[in-house]
Amino acid sequence: MLRMLLRRMFLGATTVVIVSMIIFAGVEMLPGDACTAFLEREAQGKLLENCREAQGLNRPAVERYIDWASSAVRGDLGISANGQKSIAELVGDRLANSLLLAACSLALGVPLAIFLGVVTGLWRDRPVDLILSTLTIFAMTIPEFVSATVLILVFSVWLGWLPGIVLTSASAPAAEFFPEIMLPVLVLTMVMTAHILRMVRSSVIEVMAGDYIQMATLKGVPYWRIVFRHALPNALLPAINVVALTIAWLLGGVVVIEVVFNYPGLGRMMIDAISDRDLPVVQAIALIVATVYVCVNLSADILTMIANPRLRTLHMRRG
Amino acid sequence: MTLAANPPRNTPWSRTISVLRDVMSRPSGAIGLFLVAFHVVLAIVSPWIVPHDYKAMNSAMMLTGPDAAHWLGTDHLGRDVFSRVLLGGREALLVTGIATPIAVTWGGFGGILFGLIGGRVDEVLMRVVDAFLSLPWILKMLVLIVTFGTGIEVLIPTLAFFYGIPVIRIARAATHDVVARDFVSAARARGHSRLTIIRRELLPNVLDTLMVEGAMRWSWMLLAFSSLSFLGFGVSPPTPDWGLMIADARGFMSFAPWGVLGPVIALSSLIIGINLTADALAKALGIDRAQKAPV
Amino acid sequence: MSAPLIEIRDISVGFTGKSGATLPVLRNIDLTVKAGESIGIVGESGSGKSTLALAAMGYLKRGLRLLEGSVAFQGQDMFARTRTELEKIRGGELALIPQNSGQSLTPTLRIGAQLIEALRLHSDVPQAEFSAKAIELLGQVRLPDPAAIMTRFPHELSGGQQQRAAIAMALAGEPTALLLDEPTTGLDVTTQAHILELLRDIARNRDMAMVYVSHDLGAIARVCDRVVVMYAGEVVLDGSTRQVLKAPVHPYARGLLASIPRLSDPRLPVALDGRPPAPGGAGQGCSFVDRCALAQEQCRSRRPVLERLPSGESVRCFRHEHAEDLSLTGSGAIPAKLDSDAVPALRLDDVAIRYNRPRLLDKLLGRDSASVATVDGIEITVAKGETLGLVGESGSGKSTILKAVAGLLPPSDGRITVAGGEALAPEVEQRSPDHLRRIQLIFQNPDDSLNPRQTIAQILEQPLKLYFGLSGDALHQRSAEILERVRLGAHYLDRLPSQLSGGEKQRVAIARAFAADPDLVLCDEVTSALDVSVQAAVLDLLNDLKSTQGTTYVFVSHDLAVVRALSDRVAVLYQGRLCELGPSADVYATPSHPYTEVLLGAVLEPDPDTAPTLSADDVVELSPPVRGCPFQRRCPRKIGPICDTDAPPWRYRADGHGIRCHHTIEDLETVQRKDVAERCA
Repeated sequence: MLRMLLRRMFLGATTVVIVSMIIFAGVEMLPGDACTAFLEREAQGKLLENCREAQGLNRPAVERYIDWASSAVRGDLGISANGQKSIAELVGDRLANSLLLAACSLALGVPLAIFLGVVTGLWRDRPVDLILSTLTIFAMTIPEFVSATVLILVFSVWLGWLPGIVLTSASAPAAEFFPEIMLPVLVLTMVMTAHILRMVRSSVIEVMAGDYIQMATLKGVPYWRIVFRHALPNALLPAINVVALTIAWLLGGVVVIEVVFNYPGLGRMMIDAISDRDLPVVQAIALIVATVYVCVNLSADILTMIANPRLRTLHMRRG
Repeated sequence: MTLAANPPRNTPWSRTISVLRDVMSRPSGAIGLFLVAFHVVLAIVSPWIVPHDYKAMNSAMMLTGPDAAHWLGTDHLGRDVFSRVLLGGREALLVTGIATPIAVTWGGFGGILFGLIGGRVDEVLMRVVDAFLSLPWILKMLVLIVTFGTGIEVLIPTLAFFYGIPVIRIARAATHDVVARDFVSAARARGHSRLTIIRRELLPNVLDTLMVEGAMRWSWMLLAFSSLSFLGFGVSPPTPDWGLMIADARGFMSFAPWGVLGPVIALSSLIIGINLTADALAKALGIDRAQKAPV
Repeated sequence: MSAPLIEIRDISVGFTGKSGATLPVLRNIDLTVKAGESIGIVGESGSGKSTLALAAMGYLKRGLRLLEGSVAFQGQDMFARTRTELEKIRGGELALIPQNSGQSLTPTLRIGAQLIEALRLHSDVPQAEFSAKAIELLGQVRLPDPAAIMTRFPHELSGGQQQRAAIAMALAGEPTALLLDEPTTGLDVTTQAHILELLRDIARNRDMAMVYVSHDLGAIARVCDRVVVMYAGEVVLDGSTRQVLKAPVHPYARGLLASIPRLSDPRLPVALDGRPPAPGGAGQGCSFVDRCALAQEQCRSRRPVLERLPSGESVRCFRHEHAEDLSLTGSGAIPAKLDSDAVPALRLDDVAIRYNRPRLLDKLLGRDSASVATVDGIEITVAKGETLGLVGESGSGKSTILKAVAGLLPPSDGRITVAGGEALAPEVEQRSPDHLRRIQLIFQNPDDSLNPRQTIAQILEQPLKLYFGLSGDALHQRSAEILERVRLGAHYLDRLPSQLSGGEKQRVAIARAFAADPDLVLCDEVTSALDVSVQAAVLDLLNDLKSTQGTTYVFVSHDLAVVRALSDRVAVLYQGRLCELGPSADVYATPSHPYTEVLLGAVLEPDPDTAPTLSADDVVELSPPVRGCPFQRRCPRKIGPICDTDAPPWRYRADGHGIRCHHTIEDLETVQRKDVAERCA
């Protein structure tokens, strides 16, 4: 198993390296660079030349990539083109805010999704299942900005229960985001719950139809004991990976939500950076997001490996 | 058994027809297909049936409520919301309708190819696929759109390219499943050429998976397209588009909610329609869609 | 005689079909099991035997409904009990041993935890003694090192060990009745024989009733006092084991017995034509009427009742008095004889096959990573028109050798040549079209070897187009002809594989191979996915094709009787190495290689007068030993260290019969004769 673990980690690291190359190459291929963005209309002749000289943009691409990548490893993400500020500093607060949003949604959504998934799976084709499964399709398919808009309309405009927009500044401590954060969390939770619920439901149905559940029944094991001891550990194993993929999806979905609610997170910063053509910032955010994605997936794989006796004990049979 | 006693003739179309019949016999499939068909027909005929000119502004009639002339009221520029809702899906359907088949085709072929090559080449290529997938779609799309503009000629290839990448993974996995089966070994042992094996043994069996995948990609692409419009990176005004309309009308939501509700219902019904159809299709073809990740 | 323990009265079970009609899978079944009695329920797939066994526990699979009748255990209706009552009985007084324990044990729970769960639920053992009792139970089912097994997960045990663990679990509740649902299906012959002996001993020692469900009459003959024969959801015959196996009075039972190939009889078994009706398709008459040689008008119009005969058995047949007219033994053909000086059609020269290619890392470090070859030192010549049987248990490398000949798995060493001494290229892609055409492979499972998306016509047209360039009418006509040759009508051409039965599918696979007009046909366990009666038909077809086409066969099977029925010569393989090779009559007689002896001893014949002899442990070996004899670890006739160090020499008898052993032929003959004499005395 140690061998498998190391292999997974190596693959994860390789992916991050490839991503960094893609990001760098992608930005490289775009017309313009940090200097043209900074100087805007004055970006020509001597001025441009000097700026490029100062930024080290005249060196070969490979050299600059190695430079950029090695300082990124040390935590130095470079300097933003517009404000000439350290990107690491700019990103810090925003990343924390985005993580707060994601963490709240996960804390709410994952347990709820697993609970409802098990309920719908066990009571398959009964009214509970039919109602929840239909709601799931709605929650899953409607674009986030649509559900966000509808929720704002209902809870903020008509009922006036919750604030529809976030006004707290980016560097405020986490506690100050309540209750403004509640609607964005609700939207994210809805979509995420739907995806995980569907998967858990089908996994529960599959496991409950399995031979070993029939055997446990015919061994006289009480129903709820079968569910908790024999079925769920097997049914929830594949859920780990789906939760990971959902988190990865959150990273994209969160961008739209942050814009809708004016939430000061990484996603909105990204949109702003792209609009302003602040390429160093775009590069940095892309790298951060990709690394988070890879890490989440890696943790899910490792967790599955630990939780699944079949994988955990592989070494015993194969030597 | 009872089947074999009097089986239907198996012509090339009989399977398509029986699958279609199966889809239609499920409530989700029937509703889904109806919604999709409705939207497609509407997109084609809407220019001839809209009651008002979608770009005719009227400063005297801004944000008025629904009445006999303007069924869904008017927007902040005094344009007829109903006409704009009828027309608002055309661009989206055109772009995604062209981009989806391209994405599924190139992703499908790529996946089959990777799956067949195997070995180290496949390992490396899959890492590249992983790397692309680890970047959020919105970032990849926006960078290209901001640089090259928001015309159809940019949107279609961009969507087709990025949405083809996850298809590679699916097609590759499906290829691995099929290649492991004895009928492929049998074809190899007979000495058929690779191309024949791909065409006759592999493709028909991978195609089911790709069909379902295509339907799902379509709905996600629509989602992406309307999200981009909503953020202001998609269709440029005054062309009507649901995403854009929702973004515009949001500011006046507290006193003119009809401006939001029209496009919200239109967009949601189309995407739900596609998803219901995909669900029914997956069930008819015996593919478990819930096991798929939302990427 | 005690009161009945299980009493099933007139039950019918069914499901709702697509059309909305109720389709029965069990029809009016009566069955009583007394305490301490062991009953076998035999039938082919779809006969409803497993459904019946589960119904005895008050359990029906999802979708099935009890239509009428009652099931009583110890006098109380199982379907009327509350869930709590059922939970107490199931696994307690009434325990089940499932088919395929690999899937019936919860994969995430250790064997110990699952066993202790059974103890906690169903025994009076105090909590503190759970582990001790569990270890004791594992010991009773003769698992080696029970304490270690306790901490294992199911997937870490071999198939035989999993089955033993399941038996231990069933014994935890001290049951008075044990239901066994195909408990040895899928296990190797030697493992199966050991498990059956264990079950026999347990039933005797504990005076338990047993209901043993199986398609295998050999296994049933070994463990049961009484046999119930099921057909299309009905009981057609119920009698003592001797009555049912020696002189059955139902035409189906006679046909079934005649279709079983036997070691003691070199003739081909007789097939039972046709197939059972689908659920709900039996009509008003007898369900067997379409396949019955004795059928008369009344059999079509009325359904016979289960009639009790003075001799003690019950039979559901109007014409049972005439059943004895139907032959019980194989009137089947004797396989075609070969010319002794025929030209070799296939030659394997010192062939070795490895699955793991050397790893890159090992190569770089110059390490010798090459593990022991999966298959090694195979020297076989097959004469033209001959059938060579390859036998061995799972992991013996028999299918691997076929794949190498077919070019799907290039050998790492050695040469394969065909008629005329032409060498075959190792990979199929490098072979000439002529070589490709002359060698055809038929796979084990037609569900996997026929493309589900192609019609039968498309499947058959592929070799015809590829090898003969046929098209248009000629192509269609030839396809129909070929289909005719495997006894299927031309109307099958536009069907899909999913619209055919298992036997029909395998015939299409055979037809596809013969469409190429091959010299050599490789058969990889071609009958093991089929029911016995269907298997007999396929064997008959293969024999027929051989005699008309002069085809050479290499026939792989784990079933020694099937191999005997078709083969001129037999090669016995263990762990990818040859043990014995010779004319089948000689290989199946003494003296034989110790491994052949073990295999033959473990075979169960459908005859209550025979008993298997168990001489070696049923250990599953994962890889062959590096040096010495491949069978060294299990051999009951092991000489000593020489077996561990030196590869055994070939020892020949005059008639081209070779045994690879350190014992001389004379030694083997003496000890084996002596053992037989002792057993008889």
